[in-house]
Amino acid sequence: MVYFVQQLVNGLTLGSIYGMIAIGYTMVYGIIGMINFAHGDIFMLGSFAALIVFLILTTLFAGIPVVLALLVMMIVAMLLAGLWNWTIERIAYRPLRGSFRLAPLITAIGMSIALSNFIQVVQGPRNKPIPPLVNSNYQVLGISISLKQIVIIVVTAVLLTIFWYIVNKTPLGRAQRATEQDRKMAALLGIDVDRTISITFIMGAALAAVAGTMYLMYYGVAVFTDGFIPGVKAFTAAVLGGIGSLPGAVLGGILIGLIESLWSAYFSIAYKDVATFVILAVVLIFKPTGILGRPEVEKV
Amino acid sequence: MANISSPVSEPHAEPSVMARALKEGFFAGLVSLGLFCLFVGVETYQNINNELVWRMRWGLLAVFVGVAAVGRFVNVAFIRPALDKRKLAKAKSGILDVSEDKGFFHRHFLKIALIALLIYPPVSVMLRGVQGSLLLVDNFGIQILIYVMLAWGLNIVVGLAGLLDLGYVAFYAVGAYSYALLSTHFGLSFWVLLPLAGIFAALWGIVLGFPVLRLRGDYLAIVTLAFGEIIRLVLINWTEVTKGTFGISGIAKASIFGIWSFDVGSPSNFAKSFGLPMSSAYYKIFLFYVILLLCMLTAYVTIRLRRMPIGRAWEALREDEIACRSLGINTVTTKLTAFATGAMFGGFAGSFFAARQGFVSPESFVFIESAVILAIVVLGGMGSLTGIAIAAVVMVGGTELLREMNFLKVVFGPDFTPELYRMLIFGLAMVVVMLFKPRGFVGSRAPSAFLHKAKNVSGSFTKEGHG
Repeated sequence: MVYFVQQLVNGLTLGSIYGMIAIGYTMVYGIIGMINFAHGDIFMLGSFAALIVFLILTTLFAGIPVVLALLVMMIVAMLLAGLWNWTIERIAYRPLRGSFRLAPLITAIGMSIALSNFIQVVQGPRNKPIPPLVNSNYQVLGISISLKQIVIIVVTAVLLTIFWYIVNKTPLGRAQRATEQDRKMAALLGIDVDRTISITFIMGAALAAVAGTMYLMYYGVAVFTDGFIPGVKAFTAAVLGGIGSLPGAVLGGILIGLIESLWSAYFSIAYKDVATFVILAVVLIFKPTGILGRPEVEKV
Repeated sequence: MANISSPVSEPHAEPSVMARALKEGFFAGLVSLGLFCLFVGVETYQNINNELVWRMRWGLLAVFVGVAAVGRFVNVAFIRPALDKRKLAKAKSGILDVSEDKGFFHRHFLKIALIALLIYPPVSVMLRGVQGSLLLVDNFGIQILIYVMLAWGLNIVVGLAGLLDLGYVAFYAVGAYSYALLSTHFGLSFWVLLPLAGIFAALWGIVLGFPVLRLRGDYLAIVTLAFGEIIRLVLINWTEVTKGTFGISGIAKASIFGIWSFDVGSPSNFAKSFGLPMSSAYYKIFLFYVILLLCMLTAYVTIRLRRMPIGRAWEALREDEIACRSLGINTVTTKLTAFATGAMFGGFAGSFFAARQGFVSPESFVFIESAVILAIVVLGGMGSLTGIAIAAVVMVGGTELLREMNFLKVVFGPDFTPELYRMLIFGLAMVVVMLFKPRGFVGSRAPSAFLHKAKNVSGSFTKEGHG
């Protein structure tokens, strides 16, 4: 039982990271109907930004409090990732918005390849390890919870609350939801659609950057290929939860995290990703629009 | 827009264009400073104690920012007005420069291309000698043709049937591993295993097809991607059979129908039988013709299938699934045959790949490969075989060319390794080509069965028998 709860905690931590990335996928999909393949690499860029900020902070301001360091890392990573995603949207996606469906997908894949190779070229292909930032452990009823895990879960919860507030309670969120439902109508009602889409990209990237920072803190290493596997898992999470649905993305992320940690705990670590993908396929067979997705009504 | 409505104000617009260009150039510089300040401006590396340390790279950062700012400035100030002017002039002249009568090269493009391909190996032997032709035939010829074949195979699924498949490389892997395993364990020959590999891959295509029958669009994309990853992960982890990441080596070479072999020790060695000096180039030249043949087969089957009811059904499915279903087309078999046929060609290409390399490992079947193949299909203009072939030559040949550019070392110093930039440039090229040609190099996607002209069926026509 203790072992099981332990795995639940581990899965929840991992799932929070996936969920935060998945929100970026699902929002962009909801608003312009494209798979932003470069999103996983934005996550990787965020984790690299956090790494570099960490190095600069620890050498220039030795003895800086950990909380402050983490906060600065997170904010810089969010800003940079937002700027990157904004630029990518302007350069590679916006000109193709009226084009046929596969065109932006191809530019997104191209951007994904370019981004990871860009980091490989400018930062080198090797793993970049950092010393552990926080390493205290707590024992609660025999379950060991590390401070890292608590930080990740708390940060995720706080950010998701802020995010939920923005989407549901602010004029910006209203504009986003309107654009998602009907872009042309939203434009006619005076919503700046281009701006709304740009902000959506920036928000998704900022969440991915936070996830990247958390990932760096959790595993203590960054490498240029980091974007792919978490990106694919997060996208899987978004689809599993029902693409376009924000609670679905978080739910999907947590589910994927749980499947992964429970499968590696009770079956085999080697096939944990296979298990994730098989469960995705099975869910989609019985519920083709994901768990919380709205059933698609096709009008002829 | 403003230009068209008030052409008189054009000369006065000159200073404001410059001012705007300056502003936009400055802005681009600012944005790129933000983008690159950490990733380019700071270099992280491990010191002797294996600790990660950093140092600034001001010069490189300045170059990046400068290029972005100047590039944007030049674009806004000179290139864009020039393009606008040209477009305006074209619109004024009122004549579309689409001429019906194409040149000799255009009309006989296919024949010329085929002849060029047939004489390519002998010519490269003549130019660079037997050993020197290896590079031209193997790295360029075979490499490009493999991608042409894969892209043509995927084209059946994506271009004709309109099913987005992001895991095509899985079938390539199935083909490669079926050849590798069956030939090392049972000693079967290439020519027996080539069709078998195709059949296995087709079966896997059907296996993938079943769960995704109800899915459409992007759900389909993610499931196919997951399928590709599952196959790769199984290949990595099922070590008893596939030897995991080590891969299978020492795979038997293909022979010329069992008459001549290319094994060095064999008595019927090709070079020995003809009294030629020993070289691995003959094998590659032989393989070149094999893959050329396979490509031609793929093209032939695709072209014929498009004329058949099943091909028409695929195209109908791509255009509108609901209309397709209401016309009584069985979408289940239509989708499954598309997956199976596409997968079969992937399997052929895979077994060829295994015979060519003599070594297979899961490394060769990563997602990037699927993405590259899909990119070639889309960049070529979905559905157009010629366009896809051109895209394969440009994208694969272009990046292969980069490997050979040793003269760049003279320019950028001896540490410069062009290979490192290969995928970076490939990714950027995908973006740039798509931006300028969103419909691909040859952008025709009209269904084969298409009423080109709305015919006026009036009494006078029917009387003359034109109806």
